[in-house]
Amino acid sequence: MDYSLHFGAVWASFDKLLSGLAIGLGLAVVAVAIGTLLGLLSAFASVAPYRALRSLAALYVSLVRNLPLLVLVLLAYFALPQTGITLDKYQSFVGALALYSGAYLTEVFRAGLISVPKGVIEAARSIGLTRLQTNVSVVAPIMLRNALPSLGNTFIGMFKDSSIAAAIAVPELTFEARKINVDTFRVIETWTVASGLYIAACVVIAMLLRGLERRFPKF
Amino acid sequence: MDKQQPLLAIRGLTKRFGTVDVLKGVDLDLDRRDVVSIIGSSGSGKTTLLRCVNLLEEYQGGDIVLDGETIGYRSANGRRHRFGDRELSRQRSMTGMVFQSFNLFPHLTAAGNVMLGLRKVLRLPKAEARAVAETWLTRVGLAARADHYPSQLSGGQQQRVAIARALAMNPKLVLLDEVTSALDPELVQEVLNTVKSIADDGATLLIVTHEMRFARDVSSRVVFMEQGRIVEDGPPEQIFGAPKNQRLAAFLRNTRH
Repeated sequence: MDYSLHFGAVWASFDKLLSGLAIGLGLAVVAVAIGTLLGLLSAFASVAPYRALRSLAALYVSLVRNLPLLVLVLLAYFALPQTGITLDKYQSFVGALALYSGAYLTEVFRAGLISVPKGVIEAARSIGLTRLQTNVSVVAPIMLRNALPSLGNTFIGMFKDSSIAAAIAVPELTFEARKINVDTFRVIETWTVASGLYIAACVVIAMLLRGLERRFPKF
Repeated sequence: MDKQQPLLAIRGLTKRFGTVDVLKGVDLDLDRRDVVSIIGSSGSGKTTLLRCVNLLEEYQGGDIVLDGETIGYRSANGRRHRFGDRELSRQRSMTGMVFQSFNLFPHLTAAGNVMLGLRKVLRLPKAEARAVAETWLTRVGLAARADHYPSQLSGGQQQRVAIARALAMNPKLVLLDEVTSALDPELVQEVLNTVKSIADDGATLLIVTHEMRFARDVSSRVVFMEQGRIVEDGPPEQIFGAPKNQRLAAFLRNTRH
């Protein structure tokens, strides 16, 4: 093997990688925020006392979760405009990832919901809280605490999935790395540095979530 | 106020779980300040009766009238309709319930547990709710534990918080469902003492219990249930001293040790 390492070419474009990382993080944060909302709604729907709501949630999860994210992104960016809805590449990606993360988060939140003891819910009802008040003040906080560890897992997964945006030329980290790779032919260097950035970002996200976990009371 | 009218009047209450008749026509009256204990073997319908009064269970027949108001169902054109969530919630807030397994909100402190209903149901401002909560926690001997989470409290302490949580709402009637059954033996007495003291303060209590001595000490009346019916109802001296019903006599022999 006569490949010798020269990181200089990569460092010269390091700012591009950093801005790519920032774009990926930004897209992931917006998408997962929307996805969290979707996931919460659909998780509550999946345990609702109404069959129609449960079926709707089940349909959503099985439709979206069984599609590869890349296909979902391509649908949003290339197929949707044919029906008259035109989204730019950022909107398409955020929309697709939001939908996708919402489906995964439905299951995460549903597991959290099932873990809330029935007696605690009855206690809330017995002092006169309505169903909605019980869900907001009692069920949701307990569910979130219980779901936090697997929530962190899903968040990290969704951030890494921002690399799929490279497929529709969103200038995030993977896209920028590929450009540097093509321009400089420093294959190993480029992808090593890009990998390092992904790992560093994920470690920070994990640390933040651990911190959040510690702030919740243990029960 | 009409002195003749009981605070709680249960008439012909029937309840089915699938094909099993759990309550087969229960009639029971409670006056203000009454302390009524329900005894009977497990499966006799005691707990189900309490849960019907707190509207945690639906029932198929009969009426429950609390302070002159028929709760749970309204009748129209000879058909019964369960009230909606909002109305059921309002009616539930008139009764307090203390559960066998405490059921404290694990994400809230002792004070937070007591405050939740005060804030959300009675709409008290935060400071006022906190003051009421502290008063009640002091009342059950837990002033120093106000900012502890349930997981940091013993079973007896948790149950006393649950009692404070129920009573702080100023309910017309408090339902206690085997409140010492899940406790370690050495913690039973502190909870029974708390119940005794709220009874002495004039609360109206409907108690399901297996603590016969306690039922005898604290009750103004004791009710014996058997297979979904009330088969004997009288003052504790009569129930424990001179039971008329043979099943009751047998039940008391088996529980005395």
